Amino acid sequence: MKKVFGRVFLALMILILYLPIFVLAVYSFTDSANIGAIHGFTLKNYETLFTKPDLRAMIAGTLLLAIGSAFVSTVLGTLGAVGVFYSGRFGNAVVGALNQVPVVNAEVVTAFSLCILLIGVCGVDKGSFISLLIGHVVLEAPFVYLSVVPRLKQMDNSLYEAALDLGASPTVALRRVVLPQIFPGVVSGFALAVTLSLDDYFITSYTKPATFDTISTYVVNATRGSQTEIKTALWALSTIIFVVVVLMVFVMNMTGNRSDKDGKRAGAGNEKE
Amino acid sequence: MDRNTTRENIIELKHISRTFDDGFRVVDDFNLTIQRGEFVTFLGPSGCGKTTTLRMIAGFDKPTEGELLLNGEDIRDLPPNRRPINTVFQRYALFPHLNVFENVAFGLKLKKLPKTDIIKKVKKALEMVDLEDFENRGIQTLSGGQQQRIAIARAIVNEPEILLLDEPLGALDLKMRKEMQLELKGMHEKLGITFIYVTHDQEEALTMSDKIVVMSEGKIQQIGTPEDIYNEPKNAFVADFIGDSNIFSGIMTGKCRVRFCGAEFECVDDVEHGTMIDAVVRPEDVTITAPEKGIIRGVVTSVIFKGVHYEITVQSSKNEIVVQSTRKAELNAAVGLYIEPEGIHIMLAENTINRIESGVDKQYRLNFLGGMLDCDIASLIAGARYNTDGVLVDAHGDVVEPDRIKVIVSVKPDDITMSDDKEAGILRGHIINLIYKGDHYSYVVRTEEDEDFIVSDEDLWNMDDYVSLLIPKEKFHYALKK
Amino acid sequence: MNQFCIQKFRIQKFHFQRSQLCIPYGLFLVCFVLAPLVVIIYYAFTNGEGKPTLENLTGFFSSPNTIGTLVYSLGIAVSTTCVCLLLAYPIAYILARSKMKHKSVVLMIFVMPMWINFTLRITALKEILTVLEGNLAYHPFLNTLIGMTYDFLPFMILPIYTTLLKLDNSLLEAAADLGADTVQTFMKVTFPLSVPGIISGIVMVFLPSMTNYVVLDMLYNSTYIMGSLIGAYFSAYDWHNGSMIALILLVIILLFTLFTNRYADEDAGSSRGGVLG
Repeated sequence: MKKVFGRVFLALMILILYLPIFVLAVYSFTDSANIGAIHGFTLKNYETLFTKPDLRAMIAGTLLLAIGSAFVSTVLGTLGAVGVFYSGRFGNAVVGALNQVPVVNAEVVTAFSLCILLIGVCGVDKGSFISLLIGHVVLEAPFVYLSVVPRLKQMDNSLYEAALDLGASPTVALRRVVLPQIFPGVVSGFALAVTLSLDDYFITSYTKPATFDTISTYVVNATRGSQTEIKTALWALSTIIFVVVVLMVFVMNMTGNRSDKDGKRAGAGNEKE
Repeated sequence: MDRNTTRENIIELKHISRTFDDGFRVVDDFNLTIQRGEFVTFLGPSGCGKTTTLRMIAGFDKPTEGELLLNGEDIRDLPPNRRPINTVFQRYALFPHLNVFENVAFGLKLKKLPKTDIIKKVKKALEMVDLEDFENRGIQTLSGGQQQRIAIARAIVNEPEILLLDEPLGALDLKMRKEMQLELKGMHEKLGITFIYVTHDQEEALTMSDKIVVMSEGKIQQIGTPEDIYNEPKNAFVADFIGDSNIFSGIMTGKCRVRFCGAEFECVDDVEHGTMIDAVVRPEDVTITAPEKGIIRGVVTSVIFKGVHYEITVQSSKNEIVVQSTRKAELNAAVGLYIEPEGIHIMLAENTINRIESGVDKQYRLNFLGGMLDCDIASLIAGARYNTDGVLVDAHGDVVEPDRIKVIVSVKPDDITMSDDKEAGILRGHIINLIYKGDHYSYVVRTEEDEDFIVSDEDLWNMDDYVSLLIPKEKFHYALKK
Repeated sequence: MNQFCIQKFRIQKFHFQRSQLCIPYGLFLVCFVLAPLVVIIYYAFTNGEGKPTLENLTGFFSSPNTIGTLVYSLGIAVSTTCVCLLLAYPIAYILARSKMKHKSVVLMIFVMPMWINFTLRITALKEILTVLEGNLAYHPFLNTLIGMTYDFLPFMILPIYTTLLKLDNSLLEAAADLGADTVQTFMKVTFPLSVPGIISGIVMVFLPSMTNYVVLDMLYNSTYIMGSLIGAYFSAYDWHNGSMIALILLVIILLFTLFTNRYADEDAGSSRGGVLG
């Protein structure tokens, strides 16, 4: 009885969580501009989404920014984590503490303070995209750092020494031995950085050039306006993003399960002797 | 390989010291010469500096002082990847993302050898460790013993001049360990390269080595062949660490005559009359006789059957003697003990300063043999202070746990006076040994806490007198034990 | 075998390179994390002429408008956190304790919305609320509460689920063995041991719901919260008062983390990466 009650509760919560997304998904295929009676099905919204120049530019810009800033963050954060791991107490304390600031700080505060520094004090031109890129890296790199550090801690420290012992230079040892060991952390750090960038509104709105928009800033502007054509096109966008996320999760689960099984097989082999 | 024809020195360590950043001296004035083709073992308890010494030879650690010569060249600044030395790591350090072949070929690929050569050499190395056809296996699919063999193959495939092995058998079970010991020994003979082996297992060291270096607290205690180390230990530490042994403090009473356990024995070592010594007697060198025939007499307090022999403990006045005998003894029987002169190994007593290791209680008060001594622990640790909660913190602000502090309390024999007023001093005990030294007597007083104190006194006391020891506060010296 | 020619090597230190790798990131953090903090501290305590002043601080605490904003933000943050906790705990508990085969899949379903852009999710929610309420302007506080909860619920579920999952089953068996019934076991064992997860969840939800003014904007709630105040000062080029608000938020965050660091669960801490990592 209790079990049934629990499952019903879970199902209800899932329903509430997904109802808005599903309803919007259904209506994105119709010609109605409001939730209510459905007149007829059409792919018009999807057509608008991919043909209207400012929508296309917005999507392309969001993706480009996400991947670009995630790449920079991954390089910086990974190097930082590796460097700090091998440096003394002091470096560890300083970088560790500073790294934590953007993680716990409210995004508005991060955005505001960075904007004051870059635009107010240093006179950086927003139009140059420099402030936007720096802002996103400030947001993302600490999370990359945090996802790499546990991998370093798990790693057997003598692996690096073993590589040197066998004749590898420090650079080669880092690339051929340490990097493969921490690679899963680097990858998940990159993925996390991409999702953070895609989800961000505050940093973007404070640091972006006036003519540039990401999904977040575009959507917020659109809710202020009253263009139904754009409103319903965004429904289509939300549906597409939802499908992409579901597919990604599915793929991740499949690969995750496979590597799990590999691990188990290896474990069994280990016990044999 | 022209091994063994010329026994030239391959590696020399001259006055090597290594001090950690916190000031702790792990290795202290280490001097050793190793010849080409030797199997040398560094033996000692954990924390004695043996692994650090090995790491300095490998190049992972740099000596703070001293010279490290390889074939006569100083290699202090040569990075590990440029040294013709390879290591078998304690936990193997096999690269988990590479398979067996890639692991073994790692060093060869870095040397940019032709592919066919690499394949040939890897195959040969795997044959050497009896793991042919394992090339494509993943590291995680191997058992501990197999990983161990791959680690050895990965090192020897590079044909190093020296192979370093850091407790390589530590993770294996007993049976496997014995097998591997013989195999390693065989491999050493076959390859003819120099092996430097680190272990804390004395049996392993005695079985495999040409030369053993016994270490304790960063210092070499003795260098010698396994036979030397076992039969002629240089000091009490070595005797205690290698095999079972009885160690008695005593004093030379004449030419090849020594007094300990309240009796006088003949021995074969000619040490100057009046010298304080430690006498080492292996349990198998003690013979149980009828009470009247023994040099000393005692009562059997325990008999344990150990398979090959019985381990019998005999109490003789204040001394406990462990005997190994194939013949059983009766519990509580009065027996005599006899020791052949050859069975007594005389070692010069390390120092005549009394040193007692003491702990501290939760309030950081020094607990000295049941009494409290007035000593500010904070003054012993550089930069340490008490925080507001009264907890001791070190220079980095980390809490210093009271139960991890060990203090060596030392006091000179001249600074102790004896009294027959039992309440006068801080310690009480029996005189278990005395010797006249021309102008004064040197006593050994065994306290109720079973610690021996060496005391110099001008007056004559008798053996077995019960005395109390007076030590003025300012005569205590304190040092922190690392 | 003796091809290693020792004379040829250049004297080269090898311990240098690894720790130097953190220099770029260290510099980056100093320039773009530390320096902005210094700048807002400077602006917060100066006036338009660059003279040091405490006016921005006293101004904030003496104006009924700004105090009202602070109270309103706290009200939204506290109620959002409570609702999230009340919903997330049972979800996490049922999920963590159930013997379902595909637990991780169900968890994924709860977490997945996190990866859809939050403005799009709020848009979707807005459409549904409009249908239900007709005009959103009638219930601004309620709508904001629903919006924030909808946005931040996954951040509360994840850390609680992680701590509950780690809970050793033998502890519960031990409690039962010692005579505790189901309710007592929950109150005396399960709940106290899940507190670190709850704290992490609160940290993840409380601060954003004090500052995420976009949710209010999109749901037509025109009342200011602390985040919107920064935005307003920023648009008016009043960096001094803006910095003071930012600084006050920073102090709240600092106090919050100092307090929660004692209890928070390290593993559950960065739950944004929890599922990915």
